[in-house]
Amino acid sequence: MTTNSNKRGAKGDILIEMKNVEIDGFSDERWHKIVKGVDLTLRRGEVMGLIGESGAGKSTLGKAAMGYAQPGCKIRSGSIMFDGIDLMAATEAEKRQLWGSRIAYVAQSAAASFNPAHRLIDQTVEATVDHGISGESDAKQDAVGLYESLQLPDPGNIGGRYPHQVSGGQLQRIMTAMAMSPRPDLIIFDEPTTALDVTTQVEVLVAMRDIVEKFNTAAIYITHDLAVVAQMADFIKVLRYGEEVEEAETRKMLSQPEEDYTKSLWSVRALHKDESPSDDIALSIKNVDAAYGNTVKVLHDVSIDIPRGRTVSVVGESGSGKSTTARVITGLLPPMTGSIEFNGETLPNALKDRSKDQLRRIQMIYQMADTAMNPKQTVADIIGRPLEFYHNLKGKQRDDRIIELLEMIELDESFMDRLPGELSGGQKQRICIARALAAEPEVIICDEVTSALDQIVQEGILKLLLRLQKELNITYLFITHDIAVVTAISDEIVVMFQGQVVEQGLKSKILAPPYPDYTQLLLSSVPEMDPDWLSNLVEERG
Amino acid sequence: MTEEPQSYSAAGEVAQVKLRRGLGERTWIALRKAPLSAWFGMIVIALYAFVAIFGPYLAPYGEAQVFAKADEPWSMLGGDPAHFFGTDQIGRDVLTRLIYGARNTIGIALLTTILSFLIGGSLGLIAAINRSWLDQFLSRGVDVLMSIPSLIFALMLLSIFGSSIPSLILIIAVLDSTRVFRLTRSVAANVVVMDYVEAARLRGEGLGWIMGKEILPNIMPPLVAEFGLRFSFVFLTIASLSFLGLGIQPPTADWGSMVRDGSRFIQFVAYDWTLALPSLLPAGAVALLTVAVNFVVDWFLHKTSGLRDDH
Repeated sequence: MTTNSNKRGAKGDILIEMKNVEIDGFSDERWHKIVKGVDLTLRRGEVMGLIGESGAGKSTLGKAAMGYAQPGCKIRSGSIMFDGIDLMAATEAEKRQLWGSRIAYVAQSAAASFNPAHRLIDQTVEATVDHGISGESDAKQDAVGLYESLQLPDPGNIGGRYPHQVSGGQLQRIMTAMAMSPRPDLIIFDEPTTALDVTTQVEVLVAMRDIVEKFNTAAIYITHDLAVVAQMADFIKVLRYGEEVEEAETRKMLSQPEEDYTKSLWSVRALHKDESPSDDIALSIKNVDAAYGNTVKVLHDVSIDIPRGRTVSVVGESGSGKSTTARVITGLLPPMTGSIEFNGETLPNALKDRSKDQLRRIQMIYQMADTAMNPKQTVADIIGRPLEFYHNLKGKQRDDRIIELLEMIELDESFMDRLPGELSGGQKQRICIARALAAEPEVIICDEVTSALDQIVQEGILKLLLRLQKELNITYLFITHDIAVVTAISDEIVVMFQGQVVEQGLKSKILAPPYPDYTQLLLSSVPEMDPDWLSNLVEERG
Repeated sequence: MTEEPQSYSAAGEVAQVKLRRGLGERTWIALRKAPLSAWFGMIVIALYAFVAIFGPYLAPYGEAQVFAKADEPWSMLGGDPAHFFGTDQIGRDVLTRLIYGARNTIGIALLTTILSFLIGGSLGLIAAINRSWLDQFLSRGVDVLMSIPSLIFALMLLSIFGSSIPSLILIIAVLDSTRVFRLTRSVAANVVVMDYVEAARLRGEGLGWIMGKEILPNIMPPLVAEFGLRFSFVFLTIASLSFLGLGIQPPTADWGSMVRDGSRFIQFVAYDWTLALPSLLPAGAVALLTVAVNFVVDWFLHKTSGLRDDH
């Protein structure tokens, strides 16, 4: 099939063998251990899933399999053998010979990895041509074939476009084609679908899996999403704090994990809340049309009722108008027509016309806790400001209340002087929750609050939100594209598509057939913890 | 599989390992790693500051005290031992004039820079937050001001309003604030889009809070660096204006006018090199301070960000 297929070993030969690899990272003037002695063996034609929460060292280990340590890291000891080549002893020039020809890397953000100034097909074949594996016209012809097998639309011409002219999912597939173009022995996928919508993710996953199978390429698939890794990998290695927790064949790992930590990862999706209907409407969005800059209409006649003390989840892929709805409610984007009613009275459309008390009652929690907190303010400043601002608390009273709030979110006094940069992702999101609580709101809008977090941390946050709802009777408007989260915490669900409400109702009604087409597509695209799920889905959809 | 995760606690989550150090300790670590050029710059600036502050105690004579013999050469070149750097064309002690010149030139430059930051910084912040017609109005106004060569513009304004020290400070401050405005607006624009600024708005915070507490602390490093650079340029502008005779007026001592006074002999330097000294001394003082400030700013910029203003 290709020029270098003859040098390929047989399926089952050991391709890469790492022994007792230790990697250090430099931060805060000191070297810290990131990976603490991990072994890894990968055979030809096998796909290994590497999972763990952020900071577990999975990406660092994945890159080390190429013999590469990113700036600020160094591989301290251990051995890395790639097909008989000792990567620890290899020079930069020797390693560069391997990279892009025999080892390829697919990064998380395709949009950030392409050069916007060059056509896609030129970038696809660049490494192949540079390494002299084949001539430019042959490589381009081959690339069209790859586009076709990755099911890209119009494979003959799509390569002539520039990166901004294709969608995120297509770009990710083109990056896979780029990695596949030199027919490498090993591809490292580093969270390739994390940035994609569920509906797009399915297409990309299928394409990646098929092409890896077709060319019998070995792959390391790095992710924190268990359900995804279950579809892709032959066997799974779980990492935590830079150490291996366990490794097993995928089916065995899913059905009978041995370590407590692995079990806890698996149990996350078991969180469930029983729905309870209510007619006491706290917040009501009535026939809202909204547009950015008077031209592009993003919301079309949206009406949503949110009952008091309940959770209403808004689901849909990106661009469906979920976040815009939140902006309309908060007054950041005044609607063109329609109104927002809160406790029966109509709220002024624009933020600046609302009273301090109206503002206090509706609070918001953001997706990225990193950017939602001022990096120069301490936790006490962040939580204390709404206390001063809305409730006039000062000095000792304010400090006492801050500690009370910290305890409410399961943190303690010792966090008061910390800066956001000194908190973990989950802790940051908790502080954001505390800031919202400090205002003593009636409604909290949660915009994708768990999507940037690891599974275990996600579960912790969701449990916290549920507990707070029970204790304080808070109403949540939960914006998300993660159906697992939706089933876990909501009472009612609103499905949005292209700025319109497709369906609205109690959880049991929406999540049970018959579905409108779009709901069906959305629901069936959510990966399940069943290794056969993807194959079954592909069959079903034909 | 319904059991609780055994080891999970929110407080126990591993955050980024980071040592909390006091300001003093952090400064010391930064200083220890500073390159030689930065050290040189800091020492020079400290010396200048010392001379400027304690000028009246250091100077051997009064600022405008006139002695019998004019154009006396340096004492080591055969002049009167009472005048180390000799006397100028009307018999004033050059060393004294240099010391007082430091006080006047640096003081006025510092005041002007601070004023230009107050004007440019606050308008830049408002423009970045507001982003409406006000932003357009201010930005286009700044474009207009910047399209006129600033030295010529300053000369024109000074000849209209007269070259008193207050009008000198005000005119240079306004002209320089345009660049401060541009920098502040562009760095603040990156911060304004952050969620925490939106959160502050949703809370109902006023403009003052958003400017001072949410945005300003996050854009300090480039502004501090710009302050150093701007100071150098203001300092040079004042010296050039004085050299042209429209800056600081006699009898107030100032380096720019000292260069001009000394330059009378410039065509005779080919015959007697010591004639260049009365001009070279203040010019060297100007150059040394400018270089020193730039060394420090370079190091600071390198440390904090890749942001560099190439003017």
